[in-house]
Amino acid sequence: MQTGITYMNTTQAAQEIRSFIEENYLYGCSDSLKDSDSFLDVGILDSTGILQLIEFLGERFRITVTDEEVTPQNLDSIDKIVVYLQRKGGIAAGGDGTADRTRGVEASS
Amino acid sequence: MKGGGAITAGALGIDTAQETDRIVARIRDIVLHQLKRRGAVVGVSGGIDSSVVASLCTRALGRGRVLALLMPEKDSASDSLRLGRMLAESLAIPCTVEDISPILKAARCYERRDEAVRLVVPEYGDGYKCKIILPSLLDTTGYSVFSVVVQAPDGGTRTVRLSADAYLGVVAATNFKQRVRKMMEYHYADLLQYAVAGTPNRLEYDLGFFVKNGDGAADFKPIAHLYKSQVFQIARYLKIPDEIQSRPPTTDTYSLEQSQEEFYFMLPLEKMDLCLYGMDHAISPEALAPAVGIEPLQVARMYGIINAKRKASRYLHAPPMLVGEMADDRL
Repeated sequence: MQTGITYMNTTQAAQEIRSFIEENYLYGCSDSLKDSDSFLDVGILDSTGILQLIEFLGERFRITVTDEEVTPQNLDSIDKIVVYLQRKGGIAAGGDGTADRTRGVEASS
Repeated sequence: MKGGGAITAGALGIDTAQETDRIVARIRDIVLHQLKRRGAVVGVSGGIDSSVVASLCTRALGRGRVLALLMPEKDSASDSLRLGRMLAESLAIPCTVEDISPILKAARCYERRDEAVRLVVPEYGDGYKCKIILPSLLDTTGYSVFSVVVQAPDGGTRTVRLSADAYLGVVAATNFKQRVRKMMEYHYADLLQYAVAGTPNRLEYDLGFFVKNGDGAADFKPIAHLYKSQVFQIARYLKIPDEIQSRPPTTDTYSLEQSQEEFYFMLPLEKMDLCLYGMDHAISPEALAPAVGIEPLQVARMYGIINAKRKASRYLHAPPMLVGEMADDRL
């Protein structure tokens, strides 16, 4: 149930992305995945996985990922996605969740 | 990786007579002696791969021991059936036609596909046509993301990026086609005590361009080690009809004509051949690029794509996995 707006900082965003990756592609074996690890090098995301990731980012962070933005430079690691989300205004520009909040996401309860 | 070196587009040249003799001897041994079947069923599409396999089987087993099975459906290209018949006539082998459209309709193949397309193109319906495409390697530096091309009844087309659900829905529905064809091939194999020949070439086999338990299923795969350009060389040697040799390779799966390049390989097949060869022979992108006619960065990207496709195809190649150990002396 959607109940309101919660703001997400970079740390929270990274954790959200990690949870999505873990739940959908690592099946509980995410201990060795670092935030800087390349999804391509690790072999996590195939062509279907990219589509699922795009949809997840669109829904969870309320952004539109354009065709031109579907690049490894933007989406190939948790760190890169966080930077991309900051640039798109999907999460706070700052890191503590209190400053530079530019967009929010709805929290569920 | 190796650095320089004279790599040319002719690197894949083979002694066609010698290779044909070798394959023919192997087919004879596999079908008659190892599998102990009386002949071979070949699903013939009117394309180059199945034509070469049917011809090789005919040389190996004799005209009376090969069945060409033609299995058109509603979306098949209009010339597929004609070219399949032409091939069977040129080899003077028995030919049976099974229209699989009624089975596909009963399984709701077309309905399921259309429902999936409507997830991203709501107006898609009667009179529309579609195909799924990947961007060409030469046109993008990003990820390989599938899109659907739809053609309206008035001829207008548009391209829409697929959602994951739409992509999976379309693929799961259209995979009925390859699985129904394989079911039919095994029906005739049971009837005649034949083995089923698979027709993948090296690109398709190695990179997972097949449907598990569909066209990926077979009792033997006599050209799975040959690059596509080598299949064409063998086709010339076997005197496959010119019209079949010159037909552009197609998936013949979607209602809009679709090349294998735009659905899966992202490069013309002769360039893809060289990239796979370069990868397997540890040739650096810089050394390979001139032969392929693309930039070293594009070769490097294709090497990455080949790696990704190989990883993704492990599931497709995997046999059923057993939990307990069994004696493996059945062959």
